[in-house]
Amino acid sequence: MKSVDIRNLSITLGHGAKAVKILPDVSFSVAKGECFGLVGESGSGKSTILRCMSLLLTQWDGKITIGGKDVRQMPLIERCRTLQMVFQDPYGSLHPRQSVRTVLHEPLRIHGMDNRQERMERAITEVGLPVDFLDRYPHQLSGGQRQRVAIARALILEPSVLLLDEPTSALDVSVQAEILNLLSDLRAKRGFTYIMVSHDLAVVDYMCDRFAVMQAGEIVEILDREALDGNKATKPYARQLIEASLEYDSAV
Amino acid sequence: MTAQIAKSSIPGPMQALWNIVRFLLKSPTSAFGLIVIAVLVIVALLAPWIATHDPYAQDLQNVLQAPGGAHLFGTDELGRDIFSRIVWGTRITLTIIFLVSIVVGPIGLAVGTTSGYIGGKFDTVMMRITDIFLSFPSLILSLAFVAALGPSLNNAIIAIALTSWPPIARLARAETLTFRSADYVAAARLQGASTGRIIFKSIVPMCLPSVLIRITLNMATVILTAAGLGFLGLGAQPPMPEWGAMIAMGRRYMIDSWWLVTFPGIAILCVSLAFNLLGDGLRDALDPKQMNRK
Repeated sequence: MKSVDIRNLSITLGHGAKAVKILPDVSFSVAKGECFGLVGESGSGKSTILRCMSLLLTQWDGKITIGGKDVRQMPLIERCRTLQMVFQDPYGSLHPRQSVRTVLHEPLRIHGMDNRQERMERAITEVGLPVDFLDRYPHQLSGGQRQRVAIARALILEPSVLLLDEPTSALDVSVQAEILNLLSDLRAKRGFTYIMVSHDLAVVDYMCDRFAVMQAGEIVEILDREALDGNKATKPYARQLIEASLEYDSAV
Repeated sequence: MTAQIAKSSIPGPMQALWNIVRFLLKSPTSAFGLIVIAVLVIVALLAPWIATHDPYAQDLQNVLQAPGGAHLFGTDELGRDIFSRIVWGTRITLTIIFLVSIVVGPIGLAVGTTSGYIGGKFDTVMMRITDIFLSFPSLILSLAFVAALGPSLNNAIIAIALTSWPPIARLARAETLTFRSADYVAAARLQGASTGRIIFKSIVPMCLPSVLIRITLNMATVILTAAGLGFLGLGAQPPMPEWGAMIAMGRRYMIDSWWLVTFPGIAILCVSLAFNLLGDGLRDALDPKQMNRK
């Protein structure tokens, strides 16, 4: 279990007079074993924060620490084993020509881990798939099964922080519930720290202890889960967003 | 679902190959291509048994014989049997195609995928080099190379290879650009995969089908360029039974003895047409949407 701390994260593109800040100044911290949500409309910079944390984007300023260590200073191997990510679209996050076995075997090979067969079998059973699924290709799996494989791929390196980039938004509703249950079971069992991006407040309500409401790259307000009941947000934008979501839910 | 499991227990690559062949045989044009190429390979393998005469044996008593009788396609100006020469020529043609493809494919893939994935200045430099190669007509550039290296079949192969990798590199780069920002590449990066590993394991397999198609279509051009170089006297040297060189030799007698140029010409036409049709068929067969339908 590791805590995460983000201080003054900002991204500036261009130089001098033409410089544009697309992420002005983001700071928040996540406790050990907590599930922290990032919500907001599309384009508000939620996924960008995850990509900065995982160093898929490197052109940012500020400081991100995981368990007290700066991610930029961490050696690659250690970083990979500290933090993993589950992507939004399970149809795009698995290589179409690699079998599940290859997908799970690659990280073990890169990190020179032992007992590979055992680890692969454990990872695939942990996400609730039978062991013979190891020999399947992504096109032989449903969306939910693919997302389970993607989660298994993230788990196999035994990270302590898991970044979830809208892990259920590409799935249909019944499968969404399965994946969310799987994720919360895994957290209860293995004690991961989750940072979860979502635009579905029902998902956030179900999964997260605290969440940040974002607008145009800035954190408007950080709220507890309880604030969702009866809309206890103080900032107008956060109130509006929660209100809209509650209205939408009751309309559906 | 059980059927799927049963199907995947058959060795993957063989099953995939058989699927592709079956798909190709379904459409008449690609079936024609496949059959002509199969015949070409068989003829090349069995050349000593199929050929009726020694392709190099001169018989000055029997020069410029019309087709028919003892000589199926007639004889040339030195009394050599044209049918046997064409049969032995398949070996030369196949050697050229094989060697050129085996050189061009990996070079094109390597240049294209690395410059597409790494991007930046590396990409700019590699693509400008590719542009320079592309901006020459390939036959002229091959001519220049052969002129520099000296006329021989091996030099012709090197020259053709040097001129036909740029389109493949371009194609591989374009494909790579569409895959490099995919989530599975990001996932591989997060697992700590090195650039080389990502290119080799994630990107190359995705580029391979279109590169294979391109190489197959390219084979027709390779045959024509080789024949062209042979015709200009810069490829295979006499007395080798290379088809282009045969046409070049027969040109002088063309008016009276049409068979000297016609039969090698038909052979070149058939084979390059066959590779074109096969390439078209492969494009359909390797299309992922088609594969899903099966």
